[in-house]
Amino acid sequence: MSFHLILFLGFGAVCVGGAINLLAQRHPINSALSLIAVMAALAGEYLLLGAEFVAAVQVIVYAGAIMVLFVFVIMLLNAGEEEETKGSRVAVLIGVPGMLIASLLVAWVVLRHSGTEAVAIGALPGHPTDIAQLLFHDFLLPFEVTSVLILIAIMGAVVLASRPDSTARKVN
Amino acid sequence: MVPLSYYLLLSGFLFACGVVGFLIKRNIITIFMSIELMLNGVNLSFVAFAAHWHALAGQVFVFFVMVVAAAEAAVGLAIIIAVYRTRETLNVDQVNLLKL
Amino acid sequence: MNPMLNLWLIPILPLAGAAINGTLGKKSSRQAVTTIALFFSGAAFAMALWVAMRFSSLSLPYTEFFAHWIRSGSFTADFAFYLDQLSLVMLLVVTGVGFLIHIYSVGYMWDDPSYYRFFSYLNLFMFFMLTLILAGNYLLMFIGWEGVGLASYLLIGFWFTKDSAASAGKKAFIVNRIGDFGFLIALFLLIQHFGTLNFGQVFSAVSPLPAETASAGLLTAIGILLMVGACGKSAQIPLYIWLPDAMEGPTPVSALIHAATMVTAGVYMVSRSHVIFQRAPMALTVVAIIGTLTAFFAATIGITQTDIKKVLAYSTVSQLGYMFMACGVGAFSAGIFHLMTHAFFKGLLFLAAGSVIHAVGGEQDMRKMGGLRSYIPWTFLTMGIATLAIAGVPPLAGFWSKDEILWKAYQASPVYWAVGVITAFITSFYMFRLLYMTFFGDYRGGQKDAHGHASHGHDAHKHDAQGGHGHGEPHESPMVMLVPLMILAVLSLVGGLVGIGNRFEHFLAPVFDSGLIAGSSEALEGASHATELLLMGISVLAAFSGWFLAYFLYNQRPELPPKIANGLNGLYETVVHKYYVDEIYAAVFVKPLIEGSTRILWQGVDRNVIDAAVNEAGDGAKHISDEVRHMQSGNIRSYAGWVAAGSAAVIGFMVWAWTVGR
Repeated sequence: MSFHLILFLGFGAVCVGGAINLLAQRHPINSALSLIAVMAALAGEYLLLGAEFVAAVQVIVYAGAIMVLFVFVIMLLNAGEEEETKGSRVAVLIGVPGMLIASLLVAWVVLRHSGTEAVAIGALPGHPTDIAQLLFHDFLLPFEVTSVLILIAIMGAVVLASRPDSTARKVN
Repeated sequence: MVPLSYYLLLSGFLFACGVVGFLIKRNIITIFMSIELMLNGVNLSFVAFAAHWHALAGQVFVFFVMVVAAAEAAVGLAIIIAVYRTRETLNVDQVNLLKL
Repeated sequence: MNPMLNLWLIPILPLAGAAINGTLGKKSSRQAVTTIALFFSGAAFAMALWVAMRFSSLSLPYTEFFAHWIRSGSFTADFAFYLDQLSLVMLLVVTGVGFLIHIYSVGYMWDDPSYYRFFSYLNLFMFFMLTLILAGNYLLMFIGWEGVGLASYLLIGFWFTKDSAASAGKKAFIVNRIGDFGFLIALFLLIQHFGTLNFGQVFSAVSPLPAETASAGLLTAIGILLMVGACGKSAQIPLYIWLPDAMEGPTPVSALIHAATMVTAGVYMVSRSHVIFQRAPMALTVVAIIGTLTAFFAATIGITQTDIKKVLAYSTVSQLGYMFMACGVGAFSAGIFHLMTHAFFKGLLFLAAGSVIHAVGGEQDMRKMGGLRSYIPWTFLTMGIATLAIAGVPPLAGFWSKDEILWKAYQASPVYWAVGVITAFITSFYMFRLLYMTFFGDYRGGQKDAHGHASHGHDAHKHDAQGGHGHGEPHESPMVMLVPLMILAVLSLVGGLVGIGNRFEHFLAPVFDSGLIAGSSEALEGASHATELLLMGISVLAAFSGWFLAYFLYNQRPELPPKIANGLNGLYETVVHKYYVDEIYAAVFVKPLIEGSTRILWQGVDRNVIDAAVNEAGDGAKHISDEVRHMQSGNIRSYAGWVAAGSAAVIGFMVWAWTVGR
């Protein structure tokens, strides 16, 4: 039982627990907080694999910005507990079993295929320097495109969320 | 030394939870969060494979996924706000004007 | 080497006339239509005369190739023309009599609103008939055959707004088609066994074959099937029923098509195929029997008819029977001779009847006529000549040709001759009956409206437009109608003289003798000349007895016929109703066909199978889409559920492919 494994299992348990809790909770704010827990645990997993930059970005951007945005919106809209509405039978009857079957299949494939490959702790160090080297040389175009994407997202979000009369005021 | 398959199984589990959450939850925001969960599962799988094959591009890809997720979350939540303004509800079952 | 005669012009000229009149006639003046019609039919006649003049310089048979038509493997059929003595005789008869009837029609149809259409159809008929005569292969002949049927339909139903006329046209065409079926099967047999329909090739292929005296074989089958076709076209038993109904058409139509030319197409076709028939004695026997029976049968019906045109119609059927009797005993040239003389006097009879009908303002019932000879002397004179001719009084045309037939029939079997003589007696009787009822005695018409019964006088429809005509006194026809009558009368007088001394037979001999089987001889001159004179005397006696009987019953003692009719009540009723043949056909053939078609084909197949299939397909699509549309619920979660299920399927397939690949 290596330390690597213990750490992995610890973080893994937090992930699993958070995910299940997200499904189990009725109030969306509880689900949001579980999701933050999941993300934090995932950051730990990334560190175990040596991806320090990614782990940092995970915490800062994902857990720190995106989830905060979610929490803001939940608070803004004053979302309450979920009502029980009869939605779609198809989703529950066909979708869930289908997904479970699919995931079981994938799991089976993974287990069949895997031999003795093992990942060492900190296997691939992802230094910011190396990442930056890739990012600004080999993946420059995607980088620039994603910046444009973010710009579009900002404009879209502003337009979508603004109130109708406020735009009218701006025109005047 | 943790076998690669463990990472992949964990990733798959997170993804499956995300899908199931998408299917059984009725609150739009919770559905969105399930989508984020799915993305996270995929990210883990990317990083694991990157470590396994010593290809740093895997981590760079995770970076891009996060960027896109951020953009998507922003726009999606703006849409949710707009829908809430018109429909006064966050229950996805009641946003069904497109039915035949 | 033969000079180019351009035979193709002879049919094409009337076709041009038909086309011009058909397309432009409606807006043209009557004079223009008349000019076109007469010019083109006259041109055809002129060309026929020109061909006749050059005839002796030709080597026969003269064939002329016009254009390629069918080249299919080894089977070829071309637009090719064929001329020999037989075609020449037919050509002259058709174009000559046709032209005369065109002239007559100018006067007869002058007041008809569809004047141009009549001449267009008439020229069209000439085109098809000439194609039939001049054709060099059976297929082209069949085109002409069908075409004259079409023209006949168009002309019988010329006044198509009248139900009876339209029905008569349909009846003619349909009954003709039944005969054509036999003709077609014969053609198929020819193609199957000889690979060609070309006259020259067929006849040279058939010539070496032995006669089928022992048992019926291929040639007998072909012969009988050809005869079926001839029965339809030439109105023999059992397909004669259309000809009396065809009297619904205008009288010139009856004269041209149903007396002189179209109905003789069957006789021509049988004569043309003599090579086949001469090797199939059983088929010839069938022909002779059908001809003889028809001659007798139709004559008996003619006795009782009261419509002047119907009498002439049954007379035509009967005389055609004579022609087939002649062909059936192998005397093809006698049959053709009678065809020619019959064209003269029967055409004349019909035209004169038209003149009579015109005179009395549309009345066709003889019981309402009488004493007309003082009113319409020229018509009486010409009609009288024609009656003498058809009765077989020497030295008019009918005597020579009928006598020739009876002589040849006697040589084949006295039974044929006996029936023929009796029929000649009956023929003479009913023709003179017609003459006496129409022209002698007191005029019985004019008491009521001379426009007559609407059911008879479809000519009345034309006379209505004239106005003022027909009331009161009967009147003579205009010269344009009388001149053709006179020309035909002259021909009826002298036309038979070509038969004296067997000159006509010798003229046609190269055609018919060439088909004889080597060794046998058609010259049955073994029977003595004395016998021939004796038989001639007997037939003359029959003619005069018929005349005398008619004179006695209809001129001297006109009260007798009704009493006789009452006395033989049942028999009389049967004969008057034409032996109920039409009713029998209707019950046995027509009604079951219509019933079957309604029940099985229309309701069973068309409605319940075809329509139902289409409707069910439409309904099915509707039902399916009704079910499927529930997928579009507008609910995001169900969409997501479908996506998840679908992706599961895809993943499953990929895993399966991966394990199989391993």
